[in-house]
Amino acid sequence: MTGQIRGYNFAFIDEYAKREIRRKILKAVSIPGYQVPFGSRELPIARGWGTGGLQITLSLIGPQDILKVIDQGCDNSVNAVNIKRFAKTTTGVSITTDTLKATIIQTRHRIPEEELQDDQILVFQVPYPEPLRIVEPQEFQTRRMHAEMDYAKIWVFLYENIVKWEEITIGARYPVMVAGRYIMDPSPIPRYDVPRLNNASTLYLFGAGREKRIYAIPPFTEVKPLEFEDHRFRIENFEGKSCQLCGSRDTFLDEIVTGGKRIYTCSDTSFCEKRRKNPQTPRST
Amino acid sequence: MGYVAAKGGREAILNAEELVEYFRLKGKSLPLSVKAIEEQFRLACDKVISEGSLYAPKLAALALKQAEGDTIEASFLLRAYRSTLPRISYSEPVDTEEMSILRRISSAFKDIPGGQILGPTRDYIQRFLRFDLLGEKEKKNEHFSHINKGEPVQKAPKVIDLLRKEGFLPQPAVKSKEEPLDITRRALIFPLPRSGVLQAMARGEEGGMMAIAYSSMRGYGDTHPTLAELRVGYIPLKIKHPFTGKIVKAGEILVTEAEVIAGKPTQTGEEVPQFTLGYGLVFGHNERKAICMAMLDITMKVQEPKHPAEDQEFVICHIDSIESSGFTAHWKLPHYVTFQSDLDRLRKIQKEQKKNDRTD
Repeated sequence: MTGQIRGYNFAFIDEYAKREIRRKILKAVSIPGYQVPFGSRELPIARGWGTGGLQITLSLIGPQDILKVIDQGCDNSVNAVNIKRFAKTTTGVSITTDTLKATIIQTRHRIPEEELQDDQILVFQVPYPEPLRIVEPQEFQTRRMHAEMDYAKIWVFLYENIVKWEEITIGARYPVMVAGRYIMDPSPIPRYDVPRLNNASTLYLFGAGREKRIYAIPPFTEVKPLEFEDHRFRIENFEGKSCQLCGSRDTFLDEIVTGGKRIYTCSDTSFCEKRRKNPQTPRST
Repeated sequence: MGYVAAKGGREAILNAEELVEYFRLKGKSLPLSVKAIEEQFRLACDKVISEGSLYAPKLAALALKQAEGDTIEASFLLRAYRSTLPRISYSEPVDTEEMSILRRISSAFKDIPGGQILGPTRDYIQRFLRFDLLGEKEKKNEHFSHINKGEPVQKAPKVIDLLRKEGFLPQPAVKSKEEPLDITRRALIFPLPRSGVLQAMARGEEGGMMAIAYSSMRGYGDTHPTLAELRVGYIPLKIKHPFTGKIVKAGEILVTEAEVIAGKPTQTGEEVPQFTLGYGLVFGHNERKAICMAMLDITMKVQEPKHPAEDQEFVICHIDSIESSGFTAHWKLPHYVTFQSDLDRLRKIQKEQKKNDRTD
């Protein structure tokens, strides 16, 4: 394998571990939104830095794959670069920034703006796999709550939020109901990305390395954010704002304070570049 | 365009890596040899093999050198290397009664069969900084020929076996047919079987374990234990020969073992009241960690936890330094998308409140 480090297996993890992780992925796909425990391995990248997503990527990747890695929507963020460097060193696969050319996309905290295809896999890095953790610290209890579909506590939490603040205060990591069965943490993506989880044609895989859980949203699965009839789920408000670089008004924006001025740019840097070349580049709807 | 992307990318990472190397080497001293670290930073290496969960003293020394002495970083290096190694075979259960003993004490009895052996301990050394070491140029070790060099004492009976014979402690659990849990291959599901608890603690971080154990000794709990026996020494590691099937000695490892007795009697069912035993076994010479492990083994036996040290999930989930240090460090990663989401919520709430204030 060209460009691959000597003395280590292809994609670093040994084949037995990869097989175990792939089996756990199959289980996760079979039970949408259910957190499958797995024997998370230590990697040369620190726990909490995307090792769950990385173990999924490394277990699935083959020499022919084309990998894209983003952090906060950005291909060139230090963490994304570092993960790509690791993947490149251990596999030698091609790396791309083009969302549509990648076969596997590993992401931290964003879904790319462009419509993903059914032959692509989006791998999310997950810090907290447990959506109920905000209302219950004990793993033993949250597993029971999921098993019994005992979700009263989180509904009360959302209700109390509205009573106290007239608003649900959850920013990113907005809890969703998957296939009408499991409440799931969609990883710290903004609320703006949550509707993209619903009925998508792409396979979504979620990996939490430190907490040792894998879960999945298979293609064409119903995913609904938790909301009340009289208090609907809302995404971030960018009304009247546009990207300083490409002029887009329909993308998730980074807010940047520079020299006392507040400006906005697309969080998805690869999409922003495409829009600059061709303002008609379509965004997923 | 006035805005320059604050996204460092590849070049910044490579520069940072080079700077680390520069800082490691910029002084005038000669490079530290791995051998010197292994021999003279013996206890740091032992901490790293224990927390890195790989008995490889030489690699621990290398990791310490590479990490500029940061034991958590060094343990992480070793742990990451460990996950590339295939599992060749499982050893036979070790018997610490077969230990070649370097040090062995009991605080439960004035004297014990086999004797108290102080061995290499700093316990009674008065902690004066030794300024004479500032200029140590050569090893002045000629006078060592006159002293007992701490050659291992072969085998001694275990103190807890005496207590068991007297009926003060429960008999060891009958050999369970159940395979021990392998926490490196299975995710932890609580409540954990004891095999999982002991494994997790054996690779736990000394400081983290000590903080939780200390909370129980100090007041958040009621642990006033007696150290039945603490021993440090080499135990033979035996494996089943892959061809002949015979049990053969594959080598020996240095371990620290602590057996602690909880002072309060407990009673199960019809049996006579007995003391509870806590067990700690760690790679290398690390008495603090072994004692804390044994203490936590006792505190977690409580049926209804009232304090942090008694809560198995709380203890086990928070003592692994590879996990806690990784997550602590991850806050240095960019979080501007999530922060944007949070800002959006705060702005909305502030707006609502202003609106309400006006209408009030």
